[in-house]
Amino acid sequence: MHTLLHLMPGMIPAIPEIFLGFAICLVLLFEVFVGVKRPGATGTLTLLVLVAGAALTARYADAAHTMVLFNGMYVTDPLAFVLKLAGFLVVAVALLYSRMYLENRDILRGEYYVLALTALLGIFVLISANSLLTVYIGVELLALSVYAMVAFDRESGVAAEAAMKYFVLGAIASGTLLYGMSIIYGLTGSLDLGVIATKLTASGSLGVILGVTFIVVAVAFKLGAVPFHMWLPDVYEGAPTSVTLFVGTAPKIAYFALMLRLLAHGLAGISADWTLMLTPLAVLTLIVGNVVAIVQSNLKRMLAYSTIGHVGFIVLGFVAGTPSGYSAALYYTLVYVLVALGAFGVILLASRKGFEADKLDHYKGLYQRDPLLALVMLMLMFSLAGVPPFVGFWAKLRIIQALWETHHLGLVVVAVLTSVVGAFYYLRVVKLMYFDAPSENLPATLRPLGPRFVIGLNAAAALVLGILPSPLLDLCSRVIH
Amino acid sequence: MQAHLLSILIWLPIAAGIVVLLLGDRRIAAARWLALLASLATLVLSLPLLADFNTQTAAYQFVEKAPWIPRFHAFYALGVDGISLPLVVLTALMTIPVIIAAWTVVTSRAAQYFAAFLIMEGLMIGVFSATDALLFYFFWEAMLIPMFLIIGIWGGPRRVYATVKFFLYTFLGSVFMLAALIYMYVKAGSYSIAAFQALPLTLVEQRWIFAAFLLAFAVKVPMWPVHTWLPDAHVEAPTGGSVILAAIMLKMGGYGFLRFSLPVTPDACRELNLLVITLSLIAVIYIGLVAIVQTDMKKLIAYSSIAHMGFVTLGAFVVYEIVRNTAHVQGAAMGMDGAMVQMISHGLISGALFLCVGVLYDRMHTREISAYGGVINTMPIFAAFMVMFALANTGLPGTSGFVGEFLVILASFKASFWYATLAAVTLVLGASYTLWLVKRVLYGPVANDHVAHLTDLNGREFLVLSVLAVLVLAIGIWPEPLLKIMEPSIQHLVSQAVATKIPA
Repeated sequence: MHTLLHLMPGMIPAIPEIFLGFAICLVLLFEVFVGVKRPGATGTLTLLVLVAGAALTARYADAAHTMVLFNGMYVTDPLAFVLKLAGFLVVAVALLYSRMYLENRDILRGEYYVLALTALLGIFVLISANSLLTVYIGVELLALSVYAMVAFDRESGVAAEAAMKYFVLGAIASGTLLYGMSIIYGLTGSLDLGVIATKLTASGSLGVILGVTFIVVAVAFKLGAVPFHMWLPDVYEGAPTSVTLFVGTAPKIAYFALMLRLLAHGLAGISADWTLMLTPLAVLTLIVGNVVAIVQSNLKRMLAYSTIGHVGFIVLGFVAGTPSGYSAALYYTLVYVLVALGAFGVILLASRKGFEADKLDHYKGLYQRDPLLALVMLMLMFSLAGVPPFVGFWAKLRIIQALWETHHLGLVVVAVLTSVVGAFYYLRVVKLMYFDAPSENLPATLRPLGPRFVIGLNAAAALVLGILPSPLLDLCSRVIH
Repeated sequence: MQAHLLSILIWLPIAAGIVVLLLGDRRIAAARWLALLASLATLVLSLPLLADFNTQTAAYQFVEKAPWIPRFHAFYALGVDGISLPLVVLTALMTIPVIIAAWTVVTSRAAQYFAAFLIMEGLMIGVFSATDALLFYFFWEAMLIPMFLIIGIWGGPRRVYATVKFFLYTFLGSVFMLAALIYMYVKAGSYSIAAFQALPLTLVEQRWIFAAFLLAFAVKVPMWPVHTWLPDAHVEAPTGGSVILAAIMLKMGGYGFLRFSLPVTPDACRELNLLVITLSLIAVIYIGLVAIVQTDMKKLIAYSSIAHMGFVTLGAFVVYEIVRNTAHVQGAAMGMDGAMVQMISHGLISGALFLCVGVLYDRMHTREISAYGGVINTMPIFAAFMVMFALANTGLPGTSGFVGEFLVILASFKASFWYATLAAVTLVLGASYTLWLVKRVLYGPVANDHVAHLTDLNGREFLVLSVLAVLVLAIGIWPEPLLKIMEPSIQHLVSQAVATKIPA
């Protein structure tokens, strides 16, 4: 390995992407020759690949310096290092939770893992994008993989419908993004985000505002910010739950990076313009997400609207428009991903062959049927609601702090009020699990040892990071400059 | 050990609670004894606080400080002064009756019941002893989770409605406080409560912060018109939940006013004191009237709690009128003394009354007043206790209830004749609803067969009630030690409250 790397010193910083590219080919071939005979072997290999990738990244990628490579297309910095490690971890955990679910649904096929890995590659490309072109490649690589994953269960009509919606709307968003980028390119003459940042220093030009508007719309679509959120509840509900888990977690890291690279760095000079656009988006997102979540009877759909509500908070970090705001948004993203991972994981473990535990009523009396799973869900729900001692509290605190630093009194009030509304539907899940008697004829939950252990760790992490928040808070402040 | 005494008081019950949880219902006997031992140990360990407390200074004592989130200058900082010390000891004390009262009565998920109360105890002591605002808020909010579960799991028929209402009301109040705390952190660069108290703030800022605090603390106290969660929560909560709610959690609102509102936003308090005084008097009179017509014993005591807590807020906020009228602050300290004594006294009396209701409920499974009558014939010892606590609740001289109310009314006289007159109406109202309750439940002929078959207190119940009775009488007859502990801190608080913080 060492000698190989020494032959191409310029490549070393891109080791996560290069490794992942090779690994995708390997997993695909493995599936063709071995996986078809032994279902599940590909999944194990994929987990090994992710662990090896994380180890290689930790060992070889540069965690301390900022470097721009490949003619300004690619950047690697401490932020990218952290996000990529998080990406490996999140995808590995997501796949671990999903395995039994896929098996029960007869969709445990190697292509699923290949698609997850290409999506991860797209995430990495976005994380390290330093040019409009790289941004677009990353966005599309991620999106196309995810469309296919949503449609992965060929037998399911709902999933096909969800995938179709996602694809069509996603294509429009991609078009919007490209259009906005082309305007910016036309006005600055460069694709390089660094160069664009030096050229666009003052707002005013109508062309620039037009371009930025299209970009903001596309970003809002990807994040699921209101009023560009229509696809999100349908996709979350329609997709197989393992895919919902995937869509709801790892891509959020990428879209945070997208906002940071594109808006906060590339278009830093005209931040006054895009923060003005993001403000109403954030307010609407917070209100619609939290209010509409209340009336849902489907847990996946409820969590979809809850995601929208949380996206509102992440956008608020960008509205603040300061490094403190960005690091708050980063912290919020990581915390949200950690908690959402566990929450969707609970749905996966509560489902059975031929039974999808996606209705809220399926969680009635979960405490009596499976105390561990109920406790995990309780901790995650309180974390999502932002109640100490769980980590979600600090995420909200950081955002509010960033808003105060930039004197956004109105937004603080909106954020605070909507989080009270949000608390209501999270409490309802706890109520169903702990206060209600179990409904009749519900199948027992799944008891695979590995995933149950990891989901326990997942919830414990939400508690430990809530009691001792300093390390993660520090990390998020350090990598944003 | 002395150096980490407060930490031990916080974390010992929490750790014990987790062990109890792990023991589970299968080893319920062990869990029960462990819970009792842990709560007793916490009380015993809190006694050195009383013994070694220096009554000559207003400074925090038994302080601990360790970095918690260095980037935000937030510390794991603990300490007690004359205002928080009595509340810490009260918390340690009142958890024990809760555990004893539930000994054999709570049968479903009993281990979790004990664990929830132990964890609550640790968190509540944390609230009173935190000297860092972030740490304070951390405990303040974390406490909602066990209480939410306690009411929701072991409560009465409408428990879900009650517990969700309880959670959302208090959550709504506190998130605004959080926003205010973060605002001050951004200005002061520190989360230390002392730094907030020293931070100069313009009148406009103070008004906003005062409003945020008012929302948080008024919901907890609770003050009219945000009190409606309390009767619901009380009625549905199990006995232990009611005891802790009334005895400790309501005190957090009062404590918040004394620790945050008055010293952090003194100018806004001066400007808006009439608002708080009016709300307090409404609580005393209107809620007192509401209490009279209740048909449910717990609801009646819940309303009586709201009325009594009105004295706490009244005593704390008459200070400005007194200073305006008399131009000096001696009388002001009296109002706050009264507020503090009232908090401790109400903690003991309301806790005891809820335990009395629990005793009846365990035997009859109803809290309707009309289901009782002539209980004294079958439960004479119990009746003696209940009459005593009821009299204390009306503010009979010689009981702790008298001291607090008397001090507050006396202080109100210096502020305004009318405040005092209106506040004194409680002496009539309190007597009406409490004594009428006693009359209907205890006296008269035996009402029905169920009452005829009642058995008197068992040893466990007798022990609990007699300890509380002794304390109620002790504070009523000789409040001096309690007042002495509080004195320097109250003086300091008054000087903070009457100072101005508006930057020149």
